[in-house]
Amino acid sequence: MFTPHTPQDVEVMLKTIGVEKIEDLFDKLPEDFRFPDLKLPPQQTEMEIAADLDEISSSNGSTKELISFLGAGAYDHYTPAAVDNLLQRGEFYTAYTPYQPEISQGTLQAIFEYQSMIGQLTGMSVSNASHYDGATACAEAVIMAYHHFRGKRHKVLLSRALNPQYRQVVRTYMQGNPDLTITGDEQAVGIDADLKNFTALIDNDTAVVIVQYPDFFGRVINYKPLIEAAHAQGALVAVAVNPTALALLTPPGEIGADIVVGEGQPLGIPLSYGGPYLGFFAVNEELIRKISGRLVGQTTDVQGQLAYVLTLTAREQHIRREKATSNICSNQGLMMLASTIYLTLLGKQGFKQVANLCYQKAHYAASQINAVTGYSQVFSETPFFHEFVIKAPVNTEHLLLDLRGYDILGGYDLSHDYPELKNCLLIAVTEKMPRENIDFLHDTLLEVTHD
Amino acid sequence: MTEPTVYELSSPGRVGFKFPEPDVEEVALPIGFEREDLPLPEMSELEVVRHFTRLSQKNYAIDLGFYPLGSCTMKYNPKINEVAARLPGFAYTHPLQPEESVQGNLYLMYTLQEWLKEIGGFAGVTLMPAAGAQGEFTGALMIRKYHLDHGQPQRKRILIPDSAHGTNPATSAMIGLEVVPLPSDERGNIDLEALKLLVDDRLAGLMLTNPNTLGLFDENVQEVIRVVHEAGGLVYGDGANMNALLGVLRPGDIGIDVLHYNLHKTFSTPHGGGGPGSGPVAVNEKLLPYLPDCVVTIVEPGDDENPPLFGFYHPEKSIGRLKSFYGHFGVMVRAYAYIAMHSGAGLRDIAEKAVLNANYLMHKLKETYTLPYDRTCMHEFVLEGFWKDIPDVHAFDIAKRLMDFDFHPPTNYFPLIVKEALMIEPTETETLETLDRFVDVMIQIAEEARTNPQLLHDAPHNTPVRRADELKAAKELVVCCYPLEELQK
Repeated sequence: MFTPHTPQDVEVMLKTIGVEKIEDLFDKLPEDFRFPDLKLPPQQTEMEIAADLDEISSSNGSTKELISFLGAGAYDHYTPAAVDNLLQRGEFYTAYTPYQPEISQGTLQAIFEYQSMIGQLTGMSVSNASHYDGATACAEAVIMAYHHFRGKRHKVLLSRALNPQYRQVVRTYMQGNPDLTITGDEQAVGIDADLKNFTALIDNDTAVVIVQYPDFFGRVINYKPLIEAAHAQGALVAVAVNPTALALLTPPGEIGADIVVGEGQPLGIPLSYGGPYLGFFAVNEELIRKISGRLVGQTTDVQGQLAYVLTLTAREQHIRREKATSNICSNQGLMMLASTIYLTLLGKQGFKQVANLCYQKAHYAASQINAVTGYSQVFSETPFFHEFVIKAPVNTEHLLLDLRGYDILGGYDLSHDYPELKNCLLIAVTEKMPRENIDFLHDTLLEVTHD
Repeated sequence: MTEPTVYELSSPGRVGFKFPEPDVEEVALPIGFEREDLPLPEMSELEVVRHFTRLSQKNYAIDLGFYPLGSCTMKYNPKINEVAARLPGFAYTHPLQPEESVQGNLYLMYTLQEWLKEIGGFAGVTLMPAAGAQGEFTGALMIRKYHLDHGQPQRKRILIPDSAHGTNPATSAMIGLEVVPLPSDERGNIDLEALKLLVDDRLAGLMLTNPNTLGLFDENVQEVIRVVHEAGGLVYGDGANMNALLGVLRPGDIGIDVLHYNLHKTFSTPHGGGGPGSGPVAVNEKLLPYLPDCVVTIVEPGDDENPPLFGFYHPEKSIGRLKSFYGHFGVMVRAYAYIAMHSGAGLRDIAEKAVLNANYLMHKLKETYTLPYDRTCMHEFVLEGFWKDIPDVHAFDIAKRLMDFDFHPPTNYFPLIVKEALMIEPTETETLETLDRFVDVMIQIAEEARTNPQLLHDAPHNTPVRRADELKAAKELVVCCYPLEELQK
């Protein structure tokens, strides 16, 4: 389809090589299996596949036409037109990893700027060039902490209010280390905002403690006492953050976090049914040489001109092979670029504005839903950002189906992951949610609950 | 010209983007959590657009020219892929939507799984892995879990040929496997005798890249697989080099148990300056129960009037979840479009032309550059970037000099088993004219190496920056716009 060879070209090339036909180039391949007849649908032209994909994509209900209160790790934000327009420059998206600095300064400087902004946003010294997503960034934090203590600390504490998928991914990543115990997120430890039970689990065998800010339930909790307790035991603390919230809230770096990770999707990256997203990963200065993944540094070229290069590459898998602590050999290049352009364009004022809109609309939504008889906000005594938990007076599975009839995606049913939160919904509100849609949810709840 | 950073371009009070005013009554921010300062840049939209446009112009890219980067498959990325992934019905679906509201997405994922099964000759596919490295990790975890499940916990030894990508040993070490290097023989095949000495009941498996990183198809591959299987091990296929085998040979047919694909290599999804990738993993019957969590399946078969209902299932002995949600869906859409535009004959044409282009270049260059393994190559080949009579000139110099002629250099210093390796993968989307121009330049550089080696040592000359001081970067470690001390305050 995209092969440019004319029959004459092929003839010239075969003659140069000294074989008669192209098939001869494959004569060392097992004969019995050569040139299988692949059972695939007939070839389509661009025009046909374009029409086909239009139809396939239209059969989905999207957040363009549905009123969505879904969050739980992925958020429906507005992306300014300039972001995607710039991403579509072939010089960016058809470039490879910037291993050749002389002809990759664009990507390298963008990473440098990304590292700077993530550092500023999280209040940390150093950010890498990104991981796959928030969940794998969490897992990489555990791996880093494990190696930081040379495998001599055997406990990893995960808060039960850390995104359940992040906790699953940490467990998947660490299953080859049977001497490591991953704990702290059992139902018995609980989800109380005072973190008393959880903090009590920290001991001198703990490598790292991971909490989320705002947590999975949207709560804004002061982790300073927990961080101090962890440091008193010599343990590291990693905080998984929502970057939008950090426009308004004290960054974890200011209260002593050692590692800050997070899901960068809210920074101008489309929902796209769960990916590709962006995992950011920042550490304090002490951990800089232990960070995994790519890192860009500033230097000069032979003429003294400012230049950017990938640096500390000796830590990486292609050099250290089996001695490397992580096998990652990509970053989320294009998603990282999207977030860099997004943060630059919104800038100081725009980013605060979007976070404030999320905060205000979510609080309005919470009060509106609370006003419906039988519905009540759980954890109402704890501040929240743009996501909150509502307990419904009815079975939430049925309720969500009823709401679907009104084109409302009524949030995430927490009973999947938290038996203690039966009939509770996690509701997210972003800047895109107009007041009338919140009022419509309120009215619809009245209707479907009491008819 | 040096481009200032966004912080240098920033002016206090300048606004690049405005959101509407709140349409609800405002409440106070939580006390005790208010952020004092938000040090982000302040630029106008035009200044932002110019800055990133200027940055883009400092990049080399496939859309600009020939990118013969071995093992990276830098083929043309069709523009329709980009349109497809941005269709609102795809781009604006939330991953936690009810399954019945995303049947289009699930249909596409299911179909892509089926196609990847058929292309590789396998029984099951997961689309979840975020990149090739995570695909490898998935495969190695499944192999480990398979042995544990079969009461063979002592099977921890993984054999990795010396020509393998560095990721293979790193991945294996991550999950606690013991890495044992496997030598190559003088034809570039796996050394069969060495292999036979290394297999016993401690063997977990072999990680096989075939064609290998020399671009050679292992002539004894069936025997290699038989030896591993007879010893109770499993064979992992590194699918980074699948571009050579599309429609030509299905790895599953010759006994590979598990293989990862790189959608961003073989199936034309853009490299994006370093990601996102996507590394689906295909398995045979043996490993089906261990697939990562969430595989798309038909939960209710369709009939004449209704399409089937698609949904997720959780494999019974799954190794677990690898990342949030289901994988890089936006990348899957692009690969789907690409495969649909090719079908069986089109895929075979890709492999044939990729191999034709590589062999043509190899034949044109082997008189000038040493070719350590002189036999038919697959989609890539490896030359020595070194001549004994001019020891001062290195592969590195040749690579840098190529930039002066608007070519991206080949992969260099890999694989490690070739001295001063230059690993060249032209891909199928290049014209004969481009290949001939590259040959002319490579021959000219070889002449310059003798007549004017300084030209090579000083190269590149015309790039946005010249050779950079990497030692200084590692030593001074300036990794953000502000000095570290300032950040600490």
